[in-house]
Amino acid sequence: MKFGTAIVLLSLFAFAALVAAGFGVDEPFRQHMWILFFAVTGFTAILLRKTEFKPAAPTDPSAYMDGPIRYGAIATVFWGVIGMLVGVVIALQLAYPDLNIEPWFNFGRLRPLHTSGVVFAFGGNALLCTSLYVVQRTCRARLFGGNLAWFVFWGYQLFIVMAATGYLLGITESREYAEPEWYVDLWLTVVWVAYLILFLGTILKRKEPHIYVANWFYLSFIVTIAMLHVINNLSMPASFLGSKSYSAFSGVQDALTQWWYGHNAVGFFLTSGFLGMMYYFVPKQANRPVYSYRLSIIHFWALIFLYIWAGPHHLHYTALPDWAQTLGMVFSIMLWMPSWGGMINGLMTLSGAWDKIRTDPIIRMMVMAIAFYGMSTLEGPVMAIKAVNSLSHYTDWTIGHVHSGALGWVGMISFGAIYYMVPKLWNRERLYSLRLVTWHFWLATLGIVVYAAVMWVSGVMQGLMWRENDEQGFLVYSFAETVAAMHPYYIMRAIGGAMYLSGALIMAWNITMTILGYQREEEPMPGSAPVFRAARSGAKKWA
Amino acid sequence: MDYNLMREFADSWVLVAMALFFVGAIAFALRPGSGKLADEAARVPLQDE
Amino acid sequence: MGLMDGHALIERNATLLLVGSLLIVTIGGIVEIAPLFYLDNTIEKVEGMRPYSPLELAGRNVYVREGCYLCHSQMIRPFRDEVERYGHYSLAAESMYDHPFQWGSKRTGPDLARVGDRYSNEWHVQHLADPRSVVPESVMPSYAFLKDSPIEVKDFSTHLVANARVGVPYSDDMIASANADLRAQADPAADTSGVEARYLKAKLGDFDGNPQQVTEMDALVAYLQMLGTLVDFKNYDEAAGYR
Repeated sequence: MKFGTAIVLLSLFAFAALVAAGFGVDEPFRQHMWILFFAVTGFTAILLRKTEFKPAAPTDPSAYMDGPIRYGAIATVFWGVIGMLVGVVIALQLAYPDLNIEPWFNFGRLRPLHTSGVVFAFGGNALLCTSLYVVQRTCRARLFGGNLAWFVFWGYQLFIVMAATGYLLGITESREYAEPEWYVDLWLTVVWVAYLILFLGTILKRKEPHIYVANWFYLSFIVTIAMLHVINNLSMPASFLGSKSYSAFSGVQDALTQWWYGHNAVGFFLTSGFLGMMYYFVPKQANRPVYSYRLSIIHFWALIFLYIWAGPHHLHYTALPDWAQTLGMVFSIMLWMPSWGGMINGLMTLSGAWDKIRTDPIIRMMVMAIAFYGMSTLEGPVMAIKAVNSLSHYTDWTIGHVHSGALGWVGMISFGAIYYMVPKLWNRERLYSLRLVTWHFWLATLGIVVYAAVMWVSGVMQGLMWRENDEQGFLVYSFAETVAAMHPYYIMRAIGGAMYLSGALIMAWNITMTILGYQREEEPMPGSAPVFRAARSGAKKWA
Repeated sequence: MDYNLMREFADSWVLVAMALFFVGAIAFALRPGSGKLADEAARVPLQDE
Repeated sequence: MGLMDGHALIERNATLLLVGSLLIVTIGGIVEIAPLFYLDNTIEKVEGMRPYSPLELAGRNVYVREGCYLCHSQMIRPFRDEVERYGHYSLAAESMYDHPFQWGSKRTGPDLARVGDRYSNEWHVQHLADPRSVVPESVMPSYAFLKDSPIEVKDFSTHLVANARVGVPYSDDMIASANADLRAQADPAADTSGVEARYLKAKLGDFDGNPQQVTEMDALVAYLQMLGTLVDFKNYDEAAGYR
């Protein structure tokens, strides 16, 4: 392979970064540009070393393009472990504040690293690689645009690296889940448009007359995130050679724009995209079609129709006008219906094959994901009711809710998809070990239960302590006392998170060994077909 | 294009059109005879490889 | 043309699917957000509100940079306990010059919307440098390094210009004297008449106990000390009822 154009463009890119590093007006920007320079230069060097002048082997235009998907699967597992590790670290920092190391590893800088790490690096890579996997197989067409998929994959990794290092340097717009500064946002916009072209182009060249419903969910996720990202990140840089920019909106408008983004990042990134995953991988792993295809269509339209209005429930009782709050509340409650429609559709796909929950740990993982989807989409509307929100807002209850959705739904469905995909992508007969999947399942499930329960208790307690009055009408607790009361819960929360992280580490081991071609010799799962026992003589063994 | 125009859209026929589109999408999904096609589409992921 | 032919429409047409979903998700946003730019009560000016002074703005940038909003809200809700604990509930107008807003979403620490004038400068510096020496229960990280970080901005007026471009009423005079104002506000020896005239109620003097240089600690404390102090609620007309 020759990478002539890519190498020239990358060299120019690296040169631009070098110039920016030299002339930047603030120190974090200069450091950030040095990081960019070394990242791009390193990548260019790798391409140079991989250059071969032999004629390239012709690609089969009818074969699926799985290279970027393999990389994406590895990136998903890698970033997942990193993001969750940072999560455990910041959980411990809240219990033991001496663990903060100023300035780079203070809670305020690590927290965006955790949220972006799990949402965009782990979740984003999971969506990226599964969407490209699904769209090819349901359209029976190779990815559109030649090496465009490689650009999207590596461009997205560069976005992650720049965002993550920026947070540690203190480069942030302070918009939750959209913290990267203007130049990183611009880069993500380029990558995202390329992703849209790649995905839509593949759908347009499909050989299958139907557009399978999973692709609907993926497409709406890509399109909506593009729109949300661009509008929410409109800002005015103080200098084109500096890291600081000022949001185009202010005060109330800015708050609503941000939470319109923030809520729909949950709706379209963490829900719609992962529902696409559910609608493909659950039927595949269960080997039966989705329970009701027509319900899935209704699910789709109802979900996108209702979700987009729900954002103001993040701003109950704030200075946002009441009508907007009420609108947000009503639509949030209505959202419960399509969400549960989708949950029922996912669960009932297993009707007539319920025994698979007992015999197939991957199915078990997916079912648990759907169950958590149902639970968090019930809890969400409840928390959007203004009376409930007056207690829950600003407390750990919100954190617990987010994690039951993120760890339970997003995490588990992604693990299920990865476990399904990896043996197929690397042509392995099966995973290295199904028993380890069971271990992962139980560690993750117990971790989530501990986490969510602890945060629910601490959140409600926190809210009640803040508002408690004595007979004379004075506040009973000082704020510092409520902080002290959280200490035991913060320790337990860290334990729950550590359990979840250890499950992810087991997955990383299992996936690595699968990719390397090992099969663990183990007793088959109870009740499963004996085919699992027979490790083929050709496969490598690992005792 | 200013806000009043958008507001007019949202207050009037565009809102109606959107609601109709939404109802239409549901009716379309549930229309008689769609069952067979839906079953066909539902089998799409099971046919590859 | 029977229903069967119409089937091709959405289920098989990617472009229509794209347009349909984009249309639906756009309208929700427009209808919710756009009115906020036009409704009176969200943009009504309350007496006392003014743009941030350069030093306060630099301090606000430190506040943003260190992710303070992740644990501290700046939005007091109209509940009895919150008003008792933090002061008058927050008005929409009080964040009208905030690009971006800092309302926050979590109170691991207390609300800061009206923290200005509640503690001394020395308390703030001590608390930021070593939180548990002042509040033993605190879980806040230490920010002692701010004392050793001089404000490093080659030309701070660019920051005022950027704010002016997105609608903050910084005058030409304010922009022209931005760098001088930034230094003067934190320098006890300087002539501060200009700063005082341009930025009413600006807190003056050395904030961090080190008059030699203007540090990020100076800026952050200057910002914290003015939070919530601009509107005089003795003169505020509750009956107007906007928030």
